[in-house]
Amino acid sequence: MEILKNQQGSRLAVVLKGRLDTNTAPHLEKELRSCLDGVEELDFDFEALDYVSSAGLRVILGAQKQMNRQGEMVIRHVNDDVMEVFEMTGFVDILTIED
Amino acid sequence: MNHEITVPATLEKLEEVNNYIGGILDGLDCPPKARMQIEIAVEEIFVNIASYAYNPVVGNATVRLIVHENPLSVDIQFLDEGVPYNPLLREDPDITLGADERGIGGLGIFMTKKTMDRISYSYDEGKNVLTISKKIE
Repeated sequence: MEILKNQQGSRLAVVLKGRLDTNTAPHLEKELRSCLDGVEELDFDFEALDYVSSAGLRVILGAQKQMNRQGEMVIRHVNDDVMEVFEMTGFVDILTIED
Repeated sequence: MNHEITVPATLEKLEEVNNYIGGILDGLDCPPKARMQIEIAVEEIFVNIASYAYNPVVGNATVRLIVHENPLSVDIQFLDEGVPYNPLLREDPDITLGADERGIGGLGIFMTKKTMDRISYSYDEGKNVLTISKKIE
């Protein structure tokens, strides 16, 4: 998985490419832990994210919980496969997903 | 047709198992949606075994794929000789809770139950045997 970050002031944009699974989710968790301090707007782009398992969902949920306390989080361009995972797990109701 | 792979039950072996199963599914012209659902199920079950079955000495996990015709479907069996554990007895997570009320456990086996056509568990001759079945046509 590739993680591309672009921080401008209190806005952090993160582009994920590839697979968010048991082996890659810890990398994302570590990246977010190191840079979410002071972020009020977290903007994910999932256009090139092909696969999410429960390990990935845990990290996404953790980010959402933290951003609920300090600002807002948006996930854009979710593909059909990943959307199916979000729907089946009820994550569509707790995430802000936009085109 | 049976296919089988035995590996040490460690997270590092997940990719090898996924590639092995994925290669067989590709050979069967498995539709992308079912392929991804199976991939998630295989990851969730294998990771469970790798994380909890053996402690402290790591043992093996065997993943066996059986192809059935008319309709085309696969059974995938996961066998380990670790502590007896039936993941199907685990309570489903409440997926209606808000983010802050949500726990992090149980989603993997929950997704597996939702996407597979059948899932069964037995403890047989010292082995945990979890079997998932999915139609792929």
